[in-house]
Amino acid sequence: MYVEMKHINKTFDGFQASDDVGFGIEKGQLAALLGPSGSGKTTILRMIAGLDMPDSGDILINGIRVNDLPGSKRGIGFVFQNYALFRYMTVADNIAFGLQVKKKPKAEIKERVEELLELISMEGLGKRYPHQLSGGQRQRVAFARALAPNPQLLLLDEPFAAIDAKVRRELRTWLRDMIERVGITSIFVTHDQEEAMEVANTVIITNHGRVEQIGTPEEICFHPQTEFVEEFIDAKYFEAWKNAT
Amino acid sequence: MSKKKQRGYSQDVVGDGINSIQKVMEPPKGRSNRGVKYFLIGVSVLFLFIMLVLPLVVVVTNALRDGWDAYTEAVFDEYTVHALQLTLFATVAAVAVNTVFGVFAAVLLSKFYFPGRQVLATLIDIPFSISPVIAGLVFILTFGNIGWMGDFLYQYDIKIVFAVPGVVLATIFVTFPFVFRELFPVLNAQGKDEEEAAALMGAGAFTIFRRITFPHIRWTLLYGVVLCTARAMGEFGAVSVISGHLRGKTNTLPLHVEILYNEFNTTAAFAVSSILVLLAVVILIVRNLVEWKKK
Repeated sequence: MYVEMKHINKTFDGFQASDDVGFGIEKGQLAALLGPSGSGKTTILRMIAGLDMPDSGDILINGIRVNDLPGSKRGIGFVFQNYALFRYMTVADNIAFGLQVKKKPKAEIKERVEELLELISMEGLGKRYPHQLSGGQRQRVAFARALAPNPQLLLLDEPFAAIDAKVRRELRTWLRDMIERVGITSIFVTHDQEEAMEVANTVIITNHGRVEQIGTPEEICFHPQTEFVEEFIDAKYFEAWKNAT
Repeated sequence: MSKKKQRGYSQDVVGDGINSIQKVMEPPKGRSNRGVKYFLIGVSVLFLFIMLVLPLVVVVTNALRDGWDAYTEAVFDEYTVHALQLTLFATVAAVAVNTVFGVFAAVLLSKFYFPGRQVLATLIDIPFSISPVIAGLVFILTFGNIGWMGDFLYQYDIKIVFAVPGVVLATIFVTFPFVFRELFPVLNAQGKDEEEAAALMGAGAFTIFRRITFPHIRWTLLYGVVLCTARAMGEFGAVSVISGHLRGKTNTLPLHVEILYNEFNTTAAFAVSSILVLLAVVILIVRNLVEWKKK
């Protein structure tokens, strides 16, 4: 198991956001945390990133307990829901930031930025500012920025929420291909079943702060293990997925 | 913004400053509407004329009533120059202190969650709701000879009340919410995603402030500093109580004006006032420049 959550509990002002959460994800998986809003999926992601601390339980990355490690030392890249691009920095500076902070040599940073701009097909746009980009371009920059320091784990919080429906499908495919190409273990949060079924190869269903089921899209659709999953999942999404691939 | 839009009603100026005007839709052309409009314009202009323009004209004409020589004599009088120096000193000190603490408090309250945030935010606003005279009295009761820390201060020969430190302290007190009040909403609205993103990449607190937070608040901070400066220079109540009105020692410009006026030296009083008016005009210009830049 590359990422493991063991008996995680977390409350916010009396609200139980995580209730004995436990699951594991293998190296190289692309996992979706899927559930209705308020089901605690973003909290799980933020705890893996070190942005929130669990009240109890263990978080393991690559076999090491990371509870007491700051997020910056966990070897992760994070894509925020609204991308949180640094609005007063150019695209190139956004991507370079993580490397600059780590005091990498200038030539190396420049090379890496060029490489990533090419990866996201945005060569020549390095001098633009975030507000001069389209929603899709912003997402790609956020993706490149998260990848810049070569993390071992990529976390994405509702990566398609800020994008309008028309281009969402296109971006989904793009992101899935990109993650496969880079070969990085990834977890993303979504409330959209179609998105989870189409993009992920492992789906984790959350409800009321608990993990209801974890499995492949197929297992989730055809072998629901709890009443909630059976009611929640619409098999037509899985059909759509099967037809698409 | 197109020139067409700037004309007439549809001002597209959006902002949170005093000068910014919310977008107003052009109303349907009707008699009653136009009547209301001119009535409101009339009331506003009349009010501004009586409350602002007239007093300013009076200050300037009275200052120059006895001719230019009398004016310069009053302005370059030894005590006036000293009062001006003290006012500027107290202002610079208060603005420096309040800028540092204002930034700290605004960052703390907008980017960190802890119990009692609301209480702290309310405490910072106290100088806005408390009468400056009472603030002055509080300082006398705290630092004066009969006061709470009187013995301690006397022992070490530290003079605060009826001395320059008292003047500075009072000025700091009455002006300390300004920078905070300007910065807080801006920082709050920005959220903390960008800061979290930077922290996750391993940036330290100072780097985050310098590269992420500061560029965002630059102009707002300057705006707060300008407001703080304006208020600090004009402060009368608190300083009046704590200074003891010692000419050439603890008199600031506003106090000096009062003294001259009470001595029936009207020309000099107005002449010294005109210095404050001049400073105010300079600040007003700076303020508008900053507001314009902020957009």
